Amino acid sequence: MSGSGRGAGGAAGGAAPRPVIGLEIHCQMTSLKSKLFCPCRADYRGMAPNENVCPVCMGMPGTLPRLNAEAVRRGTMIAMALGCAIPERISFFRKNYFYPDLPKNFQITQLDMYGDTSIGGRGSVLVGGRTVGIRRVQLEEDPGRMIYEGASVQNRISLVDYNRAGTPLVEIVTEPDFEGPRQLRLFLQMLSDMVGNLGVCNPALEGAMRADANVSLEGGNRVEIKNISSFHDLEKAVVFEIARQEAQHSRGLEVAQETRHWDAARKITAPSRLKEEEKGYRYLLEADIPWVRIDAETVESLKSRMPESVSEKRERFVSRHMIPPQVADVLSSDKMYSDLFDAARTDKNARELANIITTDLMGLAMASSAAAAAPAAARDDVGGDAQKKKHDDPASDVIRVDGLRELADAVASGQMARNSAKQALHEMAKTGKSFAEVSSEMDLGLISDESELLGVVRSVISEEPQAAKQAYSNPNTVNYLVGKVMQKTRGKADPQVTLELLKRCLLGD
Amino acid sequence: MNHSSIIRASALEYVRGVTSGEFTAEEFLSETLSRVGEAETRYHAYLRVEDSQRLLARAREVDRGIKSGQKVGLLAGMPVSIKDNICMRGSRTTCGSRMLEGFVAPYDATAVSRLHAEGAIIVAKANMDEFAMGLSTEFSAYGPSRNPWNTEYVPGGSSGGSAVAAAAFECVASLGSDTGGSVRNPASFCSVVGYKPTYGLVSRHGLVSYANSIEQIGPIARTVSDAALVLGVIAGRDEHDDTTADAAADDYLEGIEGGVEGMRVGIVDEMTEGADPEVARAVARAAGDLEAAGASCERISLDMVGYSVPSYYTITAAEAASNLARYDNLRYGYDLPTDGYEFNSYVAEARGRFGPEVTRRMILGGYVSSAGHAGRYYLKALKVRAKLTREVADAFASSYDILMAPTVPILPFRIGEKSDDPVSLFMVDLNTVTANLTRRPAVSVPYAVSAGGLPIGIQMMADSMQDKTLLRAARALERKRPPLPEVPD
Repeated sequence: MSGSGRGAGGAAGGAAPRPVIGLEIHCQMTSLKSKLFCPCRADYRGMAPNENVCPVCMGMPGTLPRLNAEAVRRGTMIAMALGCAIPERISFFRKNYFYPDLPKNFQITQLDMYGDTSIGGRGSVLVGGRTVGIRRVQLEEDPGRMIYEGASVQNRISLVDYNRAGTPLVEIVTEPDFEGPRQLRLFLQMLSDMVGNLGVCNPALEGAMRADANVSLEGGNRVEIKNISSFHDLEKAVVFEIARQEAQHSRGLEVAQETRHWDAARKITAPSRLKEEEKGYRYLLEADIPWVRIDAETVESLKSRMPESVSEKRERFVSRHMIPPQVADVLSSDKMYSDLFDAARTDKNARELANIITTDLMGLAMASSAAAAAPAAARDDVGGDAQKKKHDDPASDVIRVDGLRELADAVASGQMARNSAKQALHEMAKTGKSFAEVSSEMDLGLISDESELLGVVRSVISEEPQAAKQAYSNPNTVNYLVGKVMQKTRGKADPQVTLELLKRCLLGD
Repeated sequence: MNHSSIIRASALEYVRGVTSGEFTAEEFLSETLSRVGEAETRYHAYLRVEDSQRLLARAREVDRGIKSGQKVGLLAGMPVSIKDNICMRGSRTTCGSRMLEGFVAPYDATAVSRLHAEGAIIVAKANMDEFAMGLSTEFSAYGPSRNPWNTEYVPGGSSGGSAVAAAAFECVASLGSDTGGSVRNPASFCSVVGYKPTYGLVSRHGLVSYANSIEQIGPIARTVSDAALVLGVIAGRDEHDDTTADAAADDYLEGIEGGVEGMRVGIVDEMTEGADPEVARAVARAAGDLEAAGASCERISLDMVGYSVPSYYTITAAEAASNLARYDNLRYGYDLPTDGYEFNSYVAEARGRFGPEVTRRMILGGYVSSAGHAGRYYLKALKVRAKLTREVADAFASSYDILMAPTVPILPFRIGEKSDDPVSLFMVDLNTVTANLTRRPAVSVPYAVSAGGLPIGIQMMADSMQDKTLLRAARALERKRPPLPEVPD
């Protein structure tokens, strides 16, 4: 352990130096079809343990890695989106260490020690008005997963599931340009929106994006925090660690340079028991993968493949489709929903569609995991660049996009009340029925038939004599009565017809 | 040809004989299998012979195919063997190590599937130094192979079993692997042809890695043309190995009889100077033969050759430490219960099965590539390799078609003679490692037998992807050389 203090000591009582934070983010390329070096599936979720493996990703003797070209292209797109320089050629290295989740006992990754040969480097992005530097972007393989069983540490059983082993990861290493948790949050939000929008990663999947943080006080030793399972916990871990280091500093103690683990249960960082980081990784060039040339032509063709960025998309929503900025913020930051919007949008229904998606559909997805399957089903269909997943019947997805369009059309043209739209959407998601079926079955259509409404209007007037009297002079009271009619018809009364009838009845009295 | 002698046929003679009906594939195979049964009591070329009933059934299938005029492949039921570090589905692949005692390969190496596709019958897995580390086959965990020219002597290595099998008529041809001379060295010691292709010409898919940046599978056979025939079967682009050259399958027999008229041959000083006098004389005579055939021979000095062996051992050790790290016995290997161990202690215990040479090289490899030492050793070795490559490339670009030297500077040695002296054993590699480090093709051609009855081989090396030129030169030397005595039996 390093004993040389770099200025932390001796300042007891003084104002603490400002925190300096850097991030290492691992982003799974969940939308690829195959692993980084073999044809096994990149999306290992929902499979029985050790089902998604082959001799290559199990590190069987004699097997060789075969680089997934699409992973290189997608990785390059991420690097471009982060403003990185794209090297002329990339290479891979072996990071050697023993761990049960690592079938070859080395990880194939990238390294810039002998020249810039990672997929991207020296980039920067603007976050909340401040620049965050991107040190490098690299491709690497994910290890398998350890599962521990047994009551106590003494008779604990370790199981390994290699389904994840070899799945493609993009590692993004930032410069230590963060000053606090708010900026971290903004950056991570931006990044997850970005990788989602690029169609590389579905950040909503559990474990698809993970981050480690480096935290120090300016001039002090650097502490690496690992084992952080969510972005939410990342913030907590960083806040804790800054406080811990400030406390050390105020007591005149030096912060040790070390790796700490985030203990989510106790909400603290604690020194790692494993000293694995201390030993060298004996990086070797991975000779089984020849250098890959990224020529200007490739770069150009990838540029043309880059989808509209999140901010461009937001701008389009506001200026072209007249969507309120707050709604556009929400809609543009999620690829799945914004794709759905673009697929179901017409010139007339855009505003209503945006409302339905951002309030009703998103609310629905959040409310029940069962209902969440509905928007997820739409994703394959509308993502122009979507990789073909195991997904079922594409016709049913089309109905969902169509259904959404019909629903928004109905609201936009005044054929259906806003409240009823929500109900109809729930029913469509639950039953998979078409908009037409749902709207007729649930009787969600507007009641605009005068004879049907007249009875309701009359009973409201007789129940509300006070209001009826005031209505002659006060237009707000008329609205109150319209509301009462709505209540009685559970929102189905055509407001226009109701108003007409009310006026007629009140005047006619 | 009577039955007792048919198995002495070269590969080309075999193909001609079997397709013309002179003998059947079944006859040839059954003669070969009985030869194996008898020869193995003395030579130990093989670790395992495949089930003979199943092999014979395959041969009968080939015979039926020949009779009915169907395609039976270029090799038409030819009995071949493969080194035990090449995977064959359903067959044990131990790499001569107790560490992989229980490993049954779940897939075919590309070289194996290509042999099968051309009708070869793979009869056995050949003995080798553990994980191909060694040059005498004494480091096999299953006991050494013996040189058929004198069973007191080593057959060379690490593909010793393959060379013995080809020399002793236990197969028509065999596949070895060559990381620093492991095909050429035993070929030289056993008086057969050993061919190391240009790096990337033959797929390594299914070859258990030792030093993956330089090694190649290569054929061992009794004639240059036989090696060319087998090379043609196994060479060419393979989608399972990204390092394979973008070359289509080719016929390496084409033009092989073209001779050396007008070829320029450089005899490398650094590889000849310290050689055994009998070996050095052989090189001089070989040069005379080539000149008589129309080539021009002259001496050439390659300064970097003097640094090639340390560079080779540093690089191969570093790569070996990485390549062999996967043998932790968790996913395959041998039977060792896990009770009472945690991960690190279990792996340490399991890896105790590695033999002394493998252990030595892994420790060395861990050291030379570790932070703080890599600059002085591993990275320096890479620089040496780069300079050596430039020097060799220049020699080919400016002056020479072929570089020639003894395959091994010394004569075969006795079993046990050098096994306690790993460093002096390293120097045996002096002439062979340059081809691997520079990724050039090289071949060992049997040339003479010493006064004491031990074989001497001549090595020829050509520029990258000039494998056909190399085979042509090797064939010319084979044709011109004085007659060789028969291997004693």
